[in-house]
Amino acid sequence: MEFTTVGKSYKRKDAAAKVTGKAQYTRDIGRNNMLYAKVLRSTIAHGFVKSIDTAKAEALEGVVKVFTPDNLPCGNFPTAGHPYSLDPSHQDKADRKALTDKVRFYGDEVAAVVAVDELIAQKALKLITVEYEELPFYLDAEEALKDDAVEIHEGSKNITGHNSYTVGDVDINEAFEKSDYVFEEVLEVLPVQHCHMENHVAYAYTEGNGRLVVVTSTQIPHITRRILSQALDMPAGMIRVIKPIIGGGFGNKQDVCIEPLVAAMSLALGGRPVMYDMDREECMSCTRTRHGARFYMKTGVRKDGRFLARELTNYGNGGAYAAHGHSQVGKMGGNFYRTYPAELATKYEGYTAYTNCSVAAAMRAYGIPQITFAVESHVENIAKAMNMDPMKLREINMVTQGFKDKLSGITINTCELPEIVKTAKEYIHWDAKRAEYAHQTGDKRRGVGFALFSYPTATWPVALEIAGARMVMNQDGSVCLQMGATEIGQGAATVFSQMAAETVGIPYDMVHFEEFTDTDICPFDTGAYASRQTYVGGKAVKKAGLIIKDKVLDRASALLSLEKGDLDVKGGFIVRIDNGERVSSVEDIALDSYYNRHTADTIATDVTATVETNGIAFGGSAAEVEVDIRTGRVEILKLINIHDSGTIINPVLAEGQVHGGMSMSLGYALSEIMLYNPKNGAPRNNNLLDYKVPTLMDTPQLDVAFVEPYEPTGPYGNKALGEPPAITPAPAIRNAILQATGVEVNKLPMNPQGLFEHFSAAGLTEEV
Amino acid sequence: MHKKISLTVNGTKRSVEIDERESLLEVLRDKLGLTSVKQGCGVGECGACAVLIDGTSIDSCIYLASWADGKDIRTVEGLEVDGKLSDVQQAFVDEGAVQCGFCIPGFVISATELKESGKDYTREEIRRALSGHLCRCTGYQKIVEATEKSLKKK
Repeated sequence: MEFTTVGKSYKRKDAAAKVTGKAQYTRDIGRNNMLYAKVLRSTIAHGFVKSIDTAKAEALEGVVKVFTPDNLPCGNFPTAGHPYSLDPSHQDKADRKALTDKVRFYGDEVAAVVAVDELIAQKALKLITVEYEELPFYLDAEEALKDDAVEIHEGSKNITGHNSYTVGDVDINEAFEKSDYVFEEVLEVLPVQHCHMENHVAYAYTEGNGRLVVVTSTQIPHITRRILSQALDMPAGMIRVIKPIIGGGFGNKQDVCIEPLVAAMSLALGGRPVMYDMDREECMSCTRTRHGARFYMKTGVRKDGRFLARELTNYGNGGAYAAHGHSQVGKMGGNFYRTYPAELATKYEGYTAYTNCSVAAAMRAYGIPQITFAVESHVENIAKAMNMDPMKLREINMVTQGFKDKLSGITINTCELPEIVKTAKEYIHWDAKRAEYAHQTGDKRRGVGFALFSYPTATWPVALEIAGARMVMNQDGSVCLQMGATEIGQGAATVFSQMAAETVGIPYDMVHFEEFTDTDICPFDTGAYASRQTYVGGKAVKKAGLIIKDKVLDRASALLSLEKGDLDVKGGFIVRIDNGERVSSVEDIALDSYYNRHTADTIATDVTATVETNGIAFGGSAAEVEVDIRTGRVEILKLINIHDSGTIINPVLAEGQVHGGMSMSLGYALSEIMLYNPKNGAPRNNNLLDYKVPTLMDTPQLDVAFVEPYEPTGPYGNKALGEPPAITPAPAIRNAILQATGVEVNKLPMNPQGLFEHFSAAGLTEEV
Repeated sequence: MHKKISLTVNGTKRSVEIDERESLLEVLRDKLGLTSVKQGCGVGECGACAVLIDGTSIDSCIYLASWADGKDIRTVEGLEVDGKLSDVQQAFVDEGAVQCGFCIPGFVISATELKESGKDYTREEIRRALSGHLCRCTGYQKIVEATEKSLKKK
């Protein structure tokens, strides 16, 4: 497919604003007369508030109000950034209140102080005394699911959600019986956190007419509006949500965490502006995390390496509240089947458990980094046991183009996994290095490893996919583009502008994207998640762009007395199709549309696109590592991500997305873990010093390659790219460590302490 | 607890009434309106709030405003001159180093310190010099490339 604007590395729309300080994030814009809130958080992990004394805090000079669940009107609300379901049985659990007297994790919100400044609010928190009645608490999913466990949510048996399926014509037990080998093992991943650089921050106030305005750092402005209407029992039309420039989200801002609280407090104070800006420690342990999970994996294999039967029972640690419910663990199940479809039968059983850990929900790639670590480690272990080339084993079993997914009904139109495997092998010098590193001794050992993934684009058929776009042509022929899809740093504004320019036929600089998503102005869209926006939002932009172009041509045809069918719009000009001659400019047509005394009719459109397809994205990572047996330290010598995301809309931005995902997965592999004190459930490392996000010195050269088939269901041939980069570096590194050391590490993270323990158990540390 | 300090901010002499407990970050953001100075952690872990103090990049969240008395302070707002981005700023734009942008003012400030030293830096030295800044979006790759490019431009 030939494109003019799509596929080129235009500079980000917002880059200059961001290097000069002109970009306005939520905290940078305020209101006169602003009040500031701080939250009193529980110092137990599970139990009840028996009594709370706020009198001293209320008496502190500068304190405006102290709120507890008793004096803050706010109903129950769900928090997940999911489209509302018209079917009550599919709606997200409304298990949250702005403040609570039943404590479900260490740090739960029991009271809030509103004061004239943050320092006073902070001081007032220390003057509140709380008496608790403690209950037993659980930090592990399977512990929480035991019969005698105390329920964290009444009537739940601590099950947030459960699903199971079997696929295949043969009974799973029969399929295992037919297998030549059966491999069983347990793999585990632990919770990690998003660590976007801008913490959660929001403020709320009412306008003179009683309408509520909430300005918030969110990925999901329209969904936030709907959830606020549920929490506050207000009509949605009385609520306006504004999303300024966002300092990263990675899924953590795909939940409504603090908006109902600031809104309820503002309403209780007559609509006075109230801001709540979380500190880093709160943001790390009291918003959302990536689910930890334990995987009981079983695979039946024929002698030639073909997987005949695959079975997985999976326990996800969902933390203290439902948030996204069972969605992540459910998605893991679909992914388990799709990536390596077994010849005879696949069986899955997934549980999400309530525990007293921080609430787990969406984080970049929504469960798939977890399941992919487990599956890709397991596949590697099978290859080792069978003395097979692990790349070969993958090639025998991985999903291929044309595959019909029996669970989702989706057929895979484009799949470049074979090319991805080939590219990885060439990059890492697979055959030569596998041989070279086969038998090493000494304290430093090297290895190469690979892992692959499949990943859906957007959420169909699980959920509604809808996107709106409004395009208005200015009198100079440029267009203003307003969307409900949100720019959160990933580059949405830039790629949507490229798409609009492409379809209308004007230069990129003539598209102006509204980066402040405002639910009063920007049409409905469910927001930034599921790597959905270029796919679903892109369809809306294309639809709007075609209408605008058509209107321009209608006017041009009438104005110039030329046949519409002979004309096209290119580079901002009206051109004759037959010889390319420029017969007018879009600017002239636009000016006429504004000011023609008889036919003035501005060129604008407001469209909605829905999507009932899914273009599955693919990719893989190859890593070369050097492992220090004595210290457990891993040095990454080479690392590449190779992506089949269909058409790449903007290569430089796309590379940036991939780099960021690789970095996140690097941390997942080697250093990141949320630690909880087993004695009281308190978070131990909820700060950026003790929680090890990769620094520059931990990050190697990151290499990227794209394979670009034209995905027929994508508006410009494109598929998911935002989240997938965070999936495979961790298992590729893990598999490289396996080759280097012969040690199967079936648990993340592989930090020096963890690896040292694995190496000691394997007797390696005594050798060197 | 209040006192008056005099300092130069982005080339302009200013006198500011401060609370002695305030950080330079708070004074720059809340009293002088320089909102490029970002708070990511408030305790010197992330580097988002770095500003140039007499030419040296320092985390302003752990630098008391009272220490800034008599000092020359620069933020990214002051690097753009007459609508023209500095070499470092332009390189960050050109190389695609910016994503969410919350960490970017801090990186630009530290890269500017390197640039103004007039010295040559190897890529490894650049990495080390910028390692006090955390970024969750970019994997640092294009930030290092942009810094390197801006330093090469003489």
